[in-house]
Amino acid sequence: MEQKTASYSRGKRIRNQLVSVISNPYNVIVLLAVVLLTYLIVLPLLDMIHTTFTLSQRDLRAIPGAKVGQFTFYYWKRLFASNLSANLLIKPLLNSLLIGFFVSFFSILIGSLLAWLMVRTDLPCKRFFSLAVIVPYMIPSWVKSQAWLALFKTARIGGAQGFLCSLGMDVPDWIAYGPVAIIIVLSLHYYAYAYLLVSAALNSINSELEEMGEIQGAGKRTILSKITFPLVLPAMLSSIILTFSKAIGTFAVINYLGSKVNFVTLSTQLYSNSKSQNTETAFAMAVLMIAIASLSVFINQRLIGSRKSYATIGGKGGRSTLVGLGKQRPLITVILFVFFLVCIILPIGLLVLESLMLQEGNYSLSNLTLYYWVGSGNPNIMEGVPGIFRNKDFINSLLNSLKLTFVTATCGTIIGQILGYICARGRGRFHGALVEQLVFIPYLIPSIAFGGIYLSMFSRAHGIFPSLYGTFALIVLVCVVKNIPFSSRAGTSNMMQISNELEEAASIEGAGFFKRLAKIVFPLSKGGFISGFMLIFISIMKELDLIILVVTPSTTTLPYLAFQYANRNNPQPSDCVAIVMFMLVFLVYALATIFGDADLAKSMGGG
Amino acid sequence: MSKIELKEIDKFYGKNHVLKNLNLTIDDGDFMTLLGPSGCGKTTTLRVVSGLERPQNGFIYIDGKEIVNAKEAHFAPPSERNLNLVFQSYALWPHMTVFDNVAFGLKIKKTDPAEIKRKVKSALERLQIGEFEKRYPSELSGGQQQRVAIARAIVSEPKLLLLDEPLSNLDAKLRVDMRSELKRLHHETGTTIIYVTHDQVEALTMSTKIALFRTGELVQVSEPLDLYDNPNDLYAADFIGNPSINFVDADAEYTSDGMTVKSPLGTMELPRKYMTENAARTGTGKVVLGIRPEQVILLKEPVTEKNVEAKVYSSMPAGSETLVDVRVGTGTQLTIKEIGSARYKTDEKVYLNISTHRMNVFDKETGKLIKLSVESDIGRSLNPDAPRF
Repeated sequence: MEQKTASYSRGKRIRNQLVSVISNPYNVIVLLAVVLLTYLIVLPLLDMIHTTFTLSQRDLRAIPGAKVGQFTFYYWKRLFASNLSANLLIKPLLNSLLIGFFVSFFSILIGSLLAWLMVRTDLPCKRFFSLAVIVPYMIPSWVKSQAWLALFKTARIGGAQGFLCSLGMDVPDWIAYGPVAIIIVLSLHYYAYAYLLVSAALNSINSELEEMGEIQGAGKRTILSKITFPLVLPAMLSSIILTFSKAIGTFAVINYLGSKVNFVTLSTQLYSNSKSQNTETAFAMAVLMIAIASLSVFINQRLIGSRKSYATIGGKGGRSTLVGLGKQRPLITVILFVFFLVCIILPIGLLVLESLMLQEGNYSLSNLTLYYWVGSGNPNIMEGVPGIFRNKDFINSLLNSLKLTFVTATCGTIIGQILGYICARGRGRFHGALVEQLVFIPYLIPSIAFGGIYLSMFSRAHGIFPSLYGTFALIVLVCVVKNIPFSSRAGTSNMMQISNELEEAASIEGAGFFKRLAKIVFPLSKGGFISGFMLIFISIMKELDLIILVVTPSTTTLPYLAFQYANRNNPQPSDCVAIVMFMLVFLVYALATIFGDADLAKSMGGG
Repeated sequence: MSKIELKEIDKFYGKNHVLKNLNLTIDDGDFMTLLGPSGCGKTTTLRVVSGLERPQNGFIYIDGKEIVNAKEAHFAPPSERNLNLVFQSYALWPHMTVFDNVAFGLKIKKTDPAEIKRKVKSALERLQIGEFEKRYPSELSGGQQQRVAIARAIVSEPKLLLLDEPLSNLDAKLRVDMRSELKRLHHETGTTIIYVTHDQVEALTMSTKIALFRTGELVQVSEPLDLYDNPNDLYAADFIGNPSINFVDADAEYTSDGMTVKSPLGTMELPRKYMTENAARTGTGKVVLGIRPEQVILLKEPVTEKNVEAKVYSSMPAGSETLVDVRVGTGTQLTIKEIGSARYKTDEKVYLNISTHRMNVFDKETGKLIKLSVESDIGRSLNPDAPRF
């Protein structure tokens, strides 16, 4: 056969290179993803930082002779080095750190303990407990604080009295309101993260590792502390940063339980500054919160270092021999039942009860009514606002919530799967690492600050986007982008399960990029798609912090409506709304668990 | 049916130089096996040929047509190379039935449905898995999945079939069966095959040619028995053969007539006509004798004074053959393979009859082969009952 000699021309080389880059849809998608992520995540962040150094019209008179829009340290100075600092910064900052520290501590403690009991011991009724342990995660934290108030409210501060006071108990104020209440409520909420992460890690440990310890003569306690604990330590540290940054960014709970006693944190200060048009100061606080979150991630990575790989070592799991609880078994079981009673049944029960009380704080039978559910509007009650099922505000919010969750979950999951595909296939390459870094950024931005940035950035026409102020689209955008770290992580773990060889086999057969996506990747990723969808659905359905600054009266959602009612001292309709919302979340979770093998834990890690 | 030429191929993964200036020609109709330990670059070579990987340097021609020209950044996509690949993991699509798996490529090419049906059926029949066409891969055994993967690769009648360790996930018995089937398949279709394996028995039994790799470089390309009888160097000699070849250090004295080697196995005269160009003509040097386990005959009593006295270290009868480890003097240990069952006692005194014709000699310093193995006639005359090698 005739052999052509090897040719070389620079022109051909450049043309071939260009064609191969452009004609590969994967490259185009990566490029598009990077551009969009930069535009929607990096730019807003830079815009925000820039704003904190730009003088606004309002503060013109604070600096004589200055012009609007000029560079200034005014806001940072005001925050750090003025006589306002103590109230504006120091006190809220310390409170935030206090909340963050204790909430992380108790969440990890409770979560890890539960995880160990559920995965590694012969605890009875595991099926029941494994469901019960997830339910608190589905009750939004602000609903829990509402329940807390229903239980502990005192007449001295809250107006009407709570359940315990009505029984004649003297509830001290420090239990009803303030840091203790906040820490307890948040810990009972965030332990679910630690539980999910640690139990996943425990599940992946082969019990032969522990049995080997036993053969060497180690006691149960030694095995636990020398073998099991170090192996799940990375998972525990991950859940610490997750909890810490979430607790620092939380707003609603602190507003519910702290505002009456003037307990402020960075997030509540950020909210009030943002509401009173002090955007620059609000953003400076947001930057501070991002810095704290980044620092905690950095410390976590330094602590874990190369050990992170433990999490996947022995991922086969293998046989698992359970640890006997012995004599303590009945006692521990009872304690767990009581724990879940207090965590699940009590708050829901209290909310239901309160929603049925015509007059708040009056626990007599004659006071029970369905007015707040189905009443037709009595001018003597709540200025004639009818029960929620006859209230067009509620119907409107319900529709908005459903629309928002479905649209966000669908868009978010698709985007997450695409980003996950890029991260999974780009492993160890520059573009993969870049996308992985970019999608992680929203994780560091507290929800309330994130809403604030988008509000200020997209209130005016910006690049390809028209002014989005007050639109449904803005809320969807905020929700989708804020959830990118979670959805793309779900997408990555989903795509990692689809071996690259399955795609290579198809490309050998002549299937192009889109054909491969349609015929191979998508059909194989259905399960993960449902999980990702669920995760976003649940999180958006109960989301308040993120959208609280962005929502306008026509785009109100259920959580926002409940928040409004509660802020106007109308706890009963607020309870009704919260109950409906919780039922929706639970229903969707149940459906997804029954019909698709959705796994919440898989996509929870977040980093 | 095609000829593949790889020229000056370099492949890097980051700083890791995986293929180093690789030159290899695979002739039309060859069953070429790429052999070597894991991480030596054989799978990378296969993937470079398939188009799944792009080399940083070099050229590839199939039937004289340039499909890779790294200098001009020209890389023909896999689908334009008229080849197919069987993955080690089979890479069957779990969400498609056997039929759909096999039909996938034909559907992409928009083949007529009736034609697809006929071709898929015939491919499945050929691999004796016709009755499984409606099953999903997870409902098949490993051996059956393997057959589906091969059916998928041959259904489009590629000119070149690439197989990446296809038998490594099968149990020992199935592996032997599949070997003969693959050889039969090669014979019937006449397709050029490139076959990657780390299993030398697969390589020796199936291929028409073997390319032996070491850390990204070709060590030797030969027909299987040539590779076995006359490995280019110590690495190739050691890699090929199970049980491994015996190496015995020796001192050599070169003359124009040949060389004299002195070792614990005695003094041997080796004529020039059996020696390679790598052998010196004068002087002395260190060499290594390479003696295959079956090239030594064990005797209870010495027949000639050349027989070497040895002691049985351990004997491992396996029915069809017996492996005997013996020690000569204090330091030299040899493994000897005797066909059939034989009984030796530990520490029994035996005598070794070593065929100097069959033996290889390597230069210790360069590792190169300096004496070829040739047909011997001594063994037969000594012991008419002993099998001939």
